[in-house]
Amino acid sequence: MSDYIFYPGCSLESSAKAYYDSVTVVCKQLGIGLKEIEDWNCCGATEYFSLELTPAYALIARNLALAEQQANGNKEIIAPCSACYLNLAKTDHYMHDDKAFGKKINEALAAGGLHYTPGKLAVRHLLDVVINEIGLEAVKGKVTKPLSGLRVAPYLGCMLPRPDYSKRYSDSEHPDELDSLLSALGAEVVDFPLKTHCCGGHMTQIGPDTAFELIRRLISAAEEVKADVIVTVCPMCQMNLDAFQEQMNNHFKTDYKMPILFFTQLMGISFGEKTENLGFGSEFISAGEAMSRIGVKIAEPEKAPAVKKPSGLPMPPPLKKIKQFAETTEEANR
Amino acid sequence: MSPTEVLEQKGTGVHGQKNMTLLHKVSMSTAGESNLEMCIQCGTCGGSCPSAAAMDHTPRMIFAMLRAGMEAEVLSSNTPWMCVSCYFCTVRCPQDIHITDVMYTIKNMSLKAGKHNTTAADFSKTFIWMVENFGRGFEIGLAGVHNIRHFASRLPNMAPMAIGMLTKKGMSPLPPKSIEGMDQLKKILKRAKELEAA
Repeated sequence: MSDYIFYPGCSLESSAKAYYDSVTVVCKQLGIGLKEIEDWNCCGATEYFSLELTPAYALIARNLALAEQQANGNKEIIAPCSACYLNLAKTDHYMHDDKAFGKKINEALAAGGLHYTPGKLAVRHLLDVVINEIGLEAVKGKVTKPLSGLRVAPYLGCMLPRPDYSKRYSDSEHPDELDSLLSALGAEVVDFPLKTHCCGGHMTQIGPDTAFELIRRLISAAEEVKADVIVTVCPMCQMNLDAFQEQMNNHFKTDYKMPILFFTQLMGISFGEKTENLGFGSEFISAGEAMSRIGVKIAEPEKAPAVKKPSGLPMPPPLKKIKQFAETTEEANR
Repeated sequence: MSPTEVLEQKGTGVHGQKNMTLLHKVSMSTAGESNLEMCIQCGTCGGSCPSAAAMDHTPRMIFAMLRAGMEAEVLSSNTPWMCVSCYFCTVRCPQDIHITDVMYTIKNMSLKAGKHNTTAADFSKTFIWMVENFGRGFEIGLAGVHNIRHFASRLPNMAPMAIGMLTKKGMSPLPPKSIEGMDQLKKILKRAKELEAA
């Protein structure tokens, strides 16, 4: 059993609870100990860099400093979210590479009584730890229910294979790590040409039409190679492809129904875990039919207060009023 | 030795310049070595960009404009704001220019100059307001506030998704609990902002 410092990130506590649950289960099975950084803060995603660089890096560096303080002999951080992973890795990289910059960030940290020694900790994504530390043979040894017959499209998105400061992935555009892992689970891995293309990122919020086109490309490419599910390693990718798939369908008058799962959910299934412990059922596009093809029945999640019709929840006011409101705020912004 | 270091040795690099040009200013404000001075205008960046179609100028054009000193045009272009940080251009650039990081720098400068002209800046600000006050992100609140302000006509189409977030995903509509070290974080960010302004 080897221990790692764990940085879950905000998404795993809200929109990607399925990822948190399945990461926890799978790491336990593989003997990966996770010690969560106490009182970690948000990494700022891609948004803080856009406003001001020094505070953006200082925000991330607080997590590195806390991790160093609480390391207790461990030297590596696992971050399952691609954006968190890259931000932590990037901050460590630039603080180490650019000494003056490292000094400046540490000066900011000192205001809060903290310090981070650049290069002290290695930042890693769970996929890389599973492949390079645990190894595919050990993973195969855990498989009790091979995913035979399930056609999966491995999808990594951007921030894992690029810019990849520590060169942990086989290629920045066509890496094969996720393919090998899914093969080891017994799945039928399709050759997915768009495996590191963009899911739209924040464009779902700031330029939805662009986001819909990027989502469409990925879903239609997966459909073309007859994938049953797309497998992701990032909460942002999962959210964009899953939760926005229906809006994308409305936009293009298409009818795709491609389930999007986390790689840890499929690992859990192949290790014989129950679907309810792996966050199944929380996806917008149900994976029920795809999973039933390999004899996995998804237990209905225990419904919280049942909401049958949209009218059961506070609804936005009529369109006309919203438009008026938007116009007035827009004017106020000018 | 990196190309930038070669230029430094020859005395033609950024640090040897008496009057810093716009190109150098952007390069110097970027963390690490941006290599921005090395652009050969090949256009690989724009050809690799997933959101190029939504941009006022391709990244290649932006770099030419920086070199030409077209400050007002660069800072009011929507190009850096449409960047999705996919790093395709960065890994494909034959001159090893850290393009994604340069885009962040241009956004910083555009905000400081008050030249930005897109709703994207507002999204970043709302996101970070939440982080600066709770220490954690707040996805539902962020999407709600941003869409009501800027994409109100899309709200009816988004209602089923919002409901799914609350029921299927079990997300809380309430803001997150603040981190314990909120005071510490605020002090760090305050000092960082002073250093940024210096």
